[in-house]
Amino acid sequence: MSGPQDPPDDALEEALDTILTSALAGRPRPVARFEHGSRVPGWDEAVDLEKDPAQIPDPASVDVPAALRDEIETHMESYPDRRSAVLPALRAAQRVHGWCSPQAIEQVASVMRVTPAYLESVATFYDMLETAPAGRHDVYVCTNISCSMRGADELYEAIRGAAASDEDINVRSFECLGACDIAPMASVDGVYVGPLGTEDVPRLLDDVRAGRPVLIEKQLAGRPAADPGANTGEYSQAGD
Amino acid sequence: MAATATPKLLLADIDEPGLHTREVYERRGGYDSLRAALQMSPEEVLRELEASGLRGRGGAGFAMGKKASFLPKGAMDKYLVCNADESEPGTFKDRELMQKTPHMLLEGIVIASYAAGANRGFIYVRGEYDLQADVLDAALAEARAAGYVGEDIFGSGHSLSLVIHRGAGAYICGEETALLDSLEGKRGNPRLKPPFPANQGLYQGPTLINNVETLATVPVIIRMGGEEYAELGVEGSTGTKLVSVSGHVRRPGNYEIELGIPSREIVYGLAGGPPEGREVKCWFPGGSSAPVLMPEDLDVPYDFDSLGKAGSMLGSGAIIVIDDSTPILDVALKVAKFYRHESCGKCTPCREGTNWTVKMLERIESGEATPMDLEIMASVQEHIIGNCLCVLGDAMAMPIGSMIAKFRDEFESHIEDARAKRGLGDAAASEVALGAQGAEESGHRLAAQGTGAQAPGEHAGAPGTQKGGA
Repeated sequence: MSGPQDPPDDALEEALDTILTSALAGRPRPVARFEHGSRVPGWDEAVDLEKDPAQIPDPASVDVPAALRDEIETHMESYPDRRSAVLPALRAAQRVHGWCSPQAIEQVASVMRVTPAYLESVATFYDMLETAPAGRHDVYVCTNISCSMRGADELYEAIRGAAASDEDINVRSFECLGACDIAPMASVDGVYVGPLGTEDVPRLLDDVRAGRPVLIEKQLAGRPAADPGANTGEYSQAGD
Repeated sequence: MAATATPKLLLADIDEPGLHTREVYERRGGYDSLRAALQMSPEEVLRELEASGLRGRGGAGFAMGKKASFLPKGAMDKYLVCNADESEPGTFKDRELMQKTPHMLLEGIVIASYAAGANRGFIYVRGEYDLQADVLDAALAEARAAGYVGEDIFGSGHSLSLVIHRGAGAYICGEETALLDSLEGKRGNPRLKPPFPANQGLYQGPTLINNVETLATVPVIIRMGGEEYAELGVEGSTGTKLVSVSGHVRRPGNYEIELGIPSREIVYGLAGGPPEGREVKCWFPGGSSAPVLMPEDLDVPYDFDSLGKAGSMLGSGAIIVIDDSTPILDVALKVAKFYRHESCGKCTPCREGTNWTVKMLERIESGEATPMDLEIMASVQEHIIGNCLCVLGDAMAMPIGSMIAKFRDEFESHIEDARAKRGLGDAAASEVALGAQGAEESGHRLAAQGTGAQAPGEHAGAPGTQKGGA
């Protein structure tokens, strides 16, 4: 769900030109293409096919922060197969580096004894692992169905607009975060807040920037269950 | 029948201060079921589970006791995995359970592992549930310290090591075999079945996978006895169920209901129905993967079989209510875009089908579609269902298919209105009504007319697709 990589502006203009010219001439519309004649973005950043694939990095030559190494090793010990620790390890490295940078990948690879390519294949699959530089504060706005019916799309645009100039804040629209009862909602550095209106946006961002707990009265953690029968005490266990 | 009379088995005093600690949980009789279960033989525990008729609460609704009994007997490494990757749009019941009564889940896991003979357990919590995973971590540390999880629990000889594993954001990891791959440290791609996880699951060993709510119900069943539990609810759908109600209702939230009560009682009685002056237009009875039902279906009893007969499913128990202020096209687009984004990209019908469905819906929105697009879209859905390794594609095809079938008029009038707005004229009467003769030629003319504005959309569509498959 990281934002689509837009093609470069000039490429877009060029494509538009071709399309318009042929449209005027009554020809079928050509397919928009990127450089190298491909319809797939990213092909102009070609890999070096002559190069050998990266090997498992030599632990002696890779500097890994001691705390990160310890955390990864603890995760590896708790599973029968050390590779199960890939997700916790990448998330730990992302906390240190801000994203799954080549350096972060190399450090995890050297501790876990797997190839960097393997880790990248995993990192590209999961939404919460950033494969490009991103702000350190994550604001995930749920824009799935229940939230969007209650105004999540406007909320997302408002937060994105207000945080546009702040490189430290990573605003993303996210698929259902599992909190439709407080729709529309957002997860701010892992803390769920809602229901939010566009009027909450300035304070939300101020709280994030100041490192304060975000919109404390709107946090999910303090919200009671909706079921009126849930908290009567009527059905509590004997032997209280 | 009256909703207020529903016994609260899972939500009883859920907000009691400190219920997430072992002390309060035990004061309320917690872990008594574990003690009782460990006095029984694993076979007796299994019999209680089977007698309870408990069906899986994650979505598929498979009998829990039967699933546990499929695991081969004998000494070998067996695994129990708790599926806490709750990502089905509209579902938030497991979140409430894990956050407020984590020991109930842990107790259920230990009992189920005893019944299935599993010595290693994992809880796969979705990565976004930070708070809930932290609460579970703390609860597990308490349970370990008390000897409820670990070696030789209560001197029964049963041991269980339990790990809380955090995911990193992928809907597909809620599918059981994709979850196993993810837990093994791979991309979360579903596996071919059979072999089923009961025979070859995690690390190729026999594995029992159950949803949070299912496992949290296990201590209740041991306490009540399987047969008494089975008296709750209706035949084929026993017990109580947590229902997450969201969307256009006045009181969204989790409600514990006895299975088989009329759906109307949940939507109107408990959740308060749609806001003043609005009417229910349609509703998803079991998450966004379930075919939509109409207002007149609100009298259908809320249980597995009745909803199945009504052409939908109970799924994860997430009711999403949509009122008459929302165009059906918006709903369809949201649903389709979600599945396009979450398709893992392994099977062609799902990867391509979700993508083209979104593109066709966008054509309708932008006014380039003709009524024939509806036919094509419906046939795409038919070609997805049953043709992939997992049901993610089906999960889009079923609701989209049902929306096209039930709201065809609205789709058609939207097509006409959007075309008129673009100045393309009446699709049915014009030469571009594909299917009329000269379709190919008129198709070109349509393309020529529509290009200017379509091009950027088409252009931006490609990268989105790319990441969706990634």
